Amino acid sequence: MHTKSIKELHKLLTDKKISAVELAQHFIDRALKHNPSLNCYINILSDEAKQQAKIADDKIFKKEGSLLTGIPFALKDIFCTSDMLTTCGSKMLSDFIPPYDATAYKNLKSSDMVLLGKTNMDEFAMGSSNENSFFGCVQNPWDLDCVPGGSSGGSAVAVAGGLSPVAIGTDTGGSIRQPASFCGITGIKPTYGRVSRYGMIAFASSLDQGGVMAKSAEDCAYVLQSLSGYDKKDSTSMPEDVPSYTESLNNSIKGKKIGLPTEYFANLDDDLKQIITTQIKEFEKLGAIIVDISLPHTDLSVPAYYVISSAECSSNLARYDGVRYGYSAKNPKNLEDLYLKTRTEGFGDEVKRRILIGTYTLSAGYYDAYYIKAQKIRHLIADDFNQAFAQVDILLTPTTPTTAFKKGDKQNPLEMYLSDIYTVAVNLSGLPAISIPAGFHQKMPVGMQLISPAFCEHRLLNFAHMYQAQTDHHLQTPSQVPQEKIL
Amino acid sequence: MNIDDVRLSADLSKITIDDKKIDSYLTDMQDILKFIEQMNAIDTDNITPMAHPFDLSQRLREDKAVAQIDRQILQSNAKNIENGLFLVPKVIE
Repeated sequence: MHTKSIKELHKLLTDKKISAVELAQHFIDRALKHNPSLNCYINILSDEAKQQAKIADDKIFKKEGSLLTGIPFALKDIFCTSDMLTTCGSKMLSDFIPPYDATAYKNLKSSDMVLLGKTNMDEFAMGSSNENSFFGCVQNPWDLDCVPGGSSGGSAVAVAGGLSPVAIGTDTGGSIRQPASFCGITGIKPTYGRVSRYGMIAFASSLDQGGVMAKSAEDCAYVLQSLSGYDKKDSTSMPEDVPSYTESLNNSIKGKKIGLPTEYFANLDDDLKQIITTQIKEFEKLGAIIVDISLPHTDLSVPAYYVISSAECSSNLARYDGVRYGYSAKNPKNLEDLYLKTRTEGFGDEVKRRILIGTYTLSAGYYDAYYIKAQKIRHLIADDFNQAFAQVDILLTPTTPTTAFKKGDKQNPLEMYLSDIYTVAVNLSGLPAISIPAGFHQKMPVGMQLISPAFCEHRLLNFAHMYQAQTDHHLQTPSQVPQEKIL
Repeated sequence: MNIDDVRLSADLSKITIDDKKIDSYLTDMQDILKFIEQMNAIDTDNITPMAHPFDLSQRLREDKAVAQIDRQILQSNAKNIENGLFLVPKVIE
């Protein structure tokens, strides 16, 4: 049951082979059974899921449902859910119950999807391994000693382990695509402004974007359709029309040009290069034309990203003062002491490090040398993509420089930052990108990234779906999580 | 960057760094800044900075009051409130 696609689950629901309540219970049972070892959920919402599933069953009975009615999903704990704990993986928000719903969550509720639980994540979405969560590290179901990637590691593992058919994540520098790659699933980061950020707790406001993590591009298409759209409550939401993501899924890609940025392959591990090169041939079989292309400022994307994201983080996280909501230190001597103790006790080391770097690079005397310089580099990186898309329809790259690494392997923060080397340029340029499973290296999943021009998510999903229609990497499931047949 | 810069950044950020950890913070931050300084390898004198990924300006809305969430509900997460106001330790003794 937990390996079925959304379309298959929809058919079972409308054919009355299973009710939405039974389907939700199936996934809740799996979550309760496997979460102690995987730790992908911070909160499993059994009662809420059953209530939402009953509403879905009623709609299905009245034939008023959509394709998503009754389909369960998991939500990264960065999205506000009214009357339900929303922690952002931090001690700072460990008792925070938002007074409103994030628009992204509201959209999925409007489609009658059923929320199973809130997923674990690196604190305030800062991390690439999920080792920075206040609620403990998430385990990769392909090898429990390995990290699942981050920051949306909980969402990735919920899908890969069959604890939810689909999950919602966020991506500031690769936080959907990198864990999708490490866990052998499909993850799409939409164009900046495509999915509302209202109620999505801010890390870096000019980079953050919500998206979908699922087993296939087709499943991503169904859910992204519901998630996308202009929201007047988010001043960075873009008023572009949202095309049908499913109508174009089967379009031929014959004659379409795929660019391979040479800078993304130059230092890639030979084994991974071999795997991805082999998969590129699958696109050639579909009639696509492969061309080499250059994105000359690629090597500056990680430095520029860490200046801009840390600066925005330092500004955004200034709001946590222990007064209005969130953690509040006990027995402060005065107001200054309340701020200091609250923030010192409430934030973890990585969040503090980024706040300090951001504050330093924004401070008088350093602002031009770091922050303005990084914004200029951002312009050059965006121009590189614009020039590339004048020549090709889509870009293909590795998603990550390695497969999932062992927990504790990257103690040096800089070494961890470099694991985002193939993903951050996309965020700096606001572009959409998708990571799809491309095979295995030493039994661990390998991901491949497709990047398109802004607002062309339909093109990404089309290319990814056509590839998945003739390959089976996305159908593989990890043996670490038993695939018991409950239904 | 030196120890004083770390202390100043921490002070501006309203965060206290434990004396036992300050050297490790300094080393990490020095490494990160050294890495970031790779940006200086290219000349960007004639490039305009880009704050928005599509180089757009922030969209503004009409400056008009709209119905928002009830004050009592909004304040329900605060640890100390009285008569609809947030309470903080005395600022002036």
